[in-house]
Parts: sequence; C-alpha cells; structure tokens
Amino acid sequence: MPTLTDNWDLFLEAFVNTILLFVVSGLFALIVGTLLGAFRVAPVPALRWFGAGYVNLLRNTPLTLVFFFVAFGFPYLEINFSFTTFAIIALSSYTAAFVCEAVRSGINTVPAGQAEAARAVGLTFFQTLRFVILPQAFRAVVPPLASILIALLKNTTIAAGFSVAEAGSIRANLSELGYPALAGLIWVVIGFLILVLPLSAAQRNLERRWSVAR
Amino acid sequence: MKLRKLAVLAIAGALALSACGKEGDSGSDEPTSAVESAVAVSGSKTFDAIKKRGSVVIGVKEDQPNLGYKDPTTNEYSGFDISIAKLIAAKLGYGDDKVTFKAIPSANREQAIINGDVDYYVGTYSITDKRKQQISFAGPYYIAGQDLLVRKDDTSITGPDTLKGKTVCSATGSTSIQRIKDEHKDAKTVEFEKYSQCVDGLINKQVDAVTTDDAILKGYAAQQPDKLKVVGKPFSEEKYGVGLAKDDSALRGKVNDIIEEAAKDGEWKSIYDATLGKSGTTATPPALERY
Repeated sequence: MPTLTDNWDLFLEAFVNTILLFVVSGLFALIVGTLLGAFRVAPVPALRWFGAGYVNLLRNTPLTLVFFFVAFGFPYLEINFSFTTFAIIALSSYTAAFVCEAVRSGINTVPAGQAEAARAVGLTFFQTLRFVILPQAFRAVVPPLASILIALLKNTTIAAGFSVAEAGSIRANLSELGYPALAGLIWVVIGFLILVLPLSAAQRNLERRWSVAR
Repeated sequence: MKLRKLAVLAIAGALALSACGKEGDSGSDEPTSAVESAVAVSGSKTFDAIKKRGSVVIGVKEDQPNLGYKDPTTNEYSGFDISIAKLIAAKLGYGDDKVTFKAIPSANREQAIINGDVDYYVGTYSITDKRKQQISFAGPYYIAGQDLLVRKDDTSITGPDTLKGKTVCSATGSTSIQRIKDEHKDAKTVEFEKYSQCVDGLINKQVDAVTTDDAILKGYAAQQPDKLKVVGKPFSEEKYGVGLAKDDSALRGKVNDIIEEAAKDGEWKSIYDATLGKSGTTATPPALERY
C-alpha cells in the first residue's frame, strides 16, 4: 500500500500519459485503419496494393521495432518530434493495420448483393461505402475492434523504453526508489483493469444496441 | 558426389575459420584469484544452496563496457564488477568453471535476489537504505559518483549547473535521471531503456549529455575516445555493494572479509588497473561498512 500512497504523483502522471497515448493513437488508428480498409476493397488496383502492402508490413513487424524505426530512425532523416509524438506515430500506424483488417472482415460480412444494389440505384463507390457498407461493417466488428483497442492500451507500455513516462515506466522508477517491484506491478495492473473495464462495458453496450437483425 | 564434396569442404572451411577467430581473443587479461578450498560459512542459507548446487550463480550487468560486459561474439563476461564477482566466488571455493553469470537489468535486481535466482549480485548496485529493506549489502567495494558524458567537441557543458536548456539522457526511471529532474528543472530529460541507446543519441545529437555513475560513463568514453568525454565533476556519491539475500548476515560477513582482504593484499588494485584503470584513472578501495 505505501508503494502507491507514497508515489501518487508518479502513478498519476504515468497513467495520464497512458490515457493520452491511448486516446490519441486510438483515434488516429481508427481513422487511418478505416481508410486503409476502404483502400483494400477499392476498385483502383494501386490503392488495393498500397493497403495490402501497408497491412503486411506493419502487422508483421514487432511493435518494439516499429518504435525503434520511429524514435531512432526519424531523427536520422531529420524528422524531429517530441518522444510522445513519436510514440503516437508508432502506436497508431501499428494499430491501424489491425483496424484495417477488422474493418475489411466486417465489409466481407455485408452481402455482395447490397453493393450491387447500391450501384444500381446510382451511388458511387464511396457513397456505397459510406451509406451502405461501412455502417453494417462496423456493427459486425465491434468485438474485434474492442480487442484491438484494449491491445493498444496495453501496447502503450512499450513507450516507456522510448522516453515517454507512462504506466510501463512506473516499475523502473519504483525499483530505483527502492520500493518492492511486485507491489508496484500489482498497482499498475489494477490501474489497467480500471481503464479496461469501461472499454469492455462500452463494447457490450454497443454490441447490444447495434446488433444487426439478419 | 560433387555436391557432397563441396559441402564437406565448406564445413571444414567454416570450422577452420571459426577456430581462427577464437584464437585471436583468448579470454581477458584480467587477474584471476586462487581458488580457496574447504570454505565454510555456517548459518548461511545461500551458501548451503551453493554447496548443494555445486556452482555459484551471480547476477551481473551485460551492457556496461569495462564494468559488466558480455562479449556477444564469445559470450564471455569481463569488467571490474565481473572480476570482483569472480574473486568472491574463488574465495568461497568456486573457480571460474563453476561460476554462472546471469544478466539481470537494474529494475529486476531486488526481485532476483529475493526469489533466489542469483546467489549474489555484483553490478553497479548502489547501497541505499530503501533497498536494505528488501535485501542486504556487503561492501562497498567501489565508490562512484554521478557525472556527465558529452561529445568531445562540446565545451558548453562543464558540470550539472551548465545543463540549462540541454537534453540529458539516462535509463528509464534511474536515480540519475530522477536527480536531474528534481535538482535541475531547466534541463530537458530523455529516458531510454539502455545507456547504449543514450550514447547513440549523444553521437547523433539527439541528446547533449548522458548521465549516470562515472564508472559506467568512463567505460563508454574508453570505447570511443575520439568522440566522447566524461566531464569529470562527480556530483553525488554512489557506494557500490554486493547484493545479498536479506538476513543472510553470515554470508554478508564472509563477503565483507573477502573484499577487505582483497583491498589489503593488492588484488583489488590489480583488478581495477586491468579494467576501469584502462581509462587512465586511479582509485583506492573504499572503507567497508559493516552493519
């Protein structure tokens, strides 16, 4: 208990950073991922190839390596941001690959006849996507998307090794201050539980409200 | 037939080549201590475990040149801390062939000792009262001080008071970076997993200074003397001790005796000269703190 009560500041700052990384990267990942998902089903071959290339590259690269490329590679190219920005770039580009695949699987659940019907009434490809396909696709992929977001929340801890003081860095700080590592870890786990539970609740809620009647 | 011959030739060639490679670097030139026989440490749980196992498991660092360093090509450990660890093992009756090194990063040290993963830990382990609540220390066997490593051509940083607006790097959550954050609020801080990443950042100008104990910094400066230098104005005192299981006062007393003896008979100095002394510095063994 003193491990937590002696170090409120440390825990607070760390978890605020964790939430910041999660919310901003999550938003970017959802936007970029949805866009990539649209690319992957687009009628233009170049877009499809770009989407497939992106997903295969990012999804098959360990996140730590993505972090390395961003945090140490960008400065070599004279691209300099704060380390928090670097972390957001790494996390969102990595997570976007997974969001893309979830969205694509959602798109595949929509019967092809609907797209054909939409085309028949004169909608363009993007109108079809926007008004017919994606709304149904998102409903189908609430559980996998929630899993991806929860994974993202936990993945933020990797940023600790790249100069972002988030929850993953608590243990290193505590052990230097001489507090028992296990007690510190338990409090970090409890912190994450508190963050994940509302996410799971939101998932259940959305699933119930958005369930598609088939 | 032809293919098989080729393969045999290739394998033979590879073997010859690897043998050649080994010959060049036949171990380190660090002194080895005579192995004692019939050592008894009565009442020490750790020593009983060592005897039962027939070998010593020592926790060390593997990424600190000249202190605790594992050569990735030969898998051999070398450095000041390593030699001290071997000296203690030898005086406990276990030669180099009965010593297993386990690389354990700073943040996991206490837990490794508590769990009994290692018999003792020698690796830039500062003696602090907080740590004493979880484990115990023999020593100190060396006194280091926090210092700054900068680029050789950088004359703007001459000590901790010249850090205003500069970016200072150290390991995530380390005492060194916490001190900079507390006492030099006008300096920017960067925290990486490893000191070697900080040193990379220093060379490609992502950061302006790397801070930690001077012993560690001297090791890096010695690696790249034309690029890096240590400022040389230590602004703290870190007493390095040997980490031991809490309440094992029998072994603690024994290790203290070993360190004291090595300081007296010159073995400590010959170890220093063969490792950290290569940076051109001298040092004297510190006074023991028995508690």
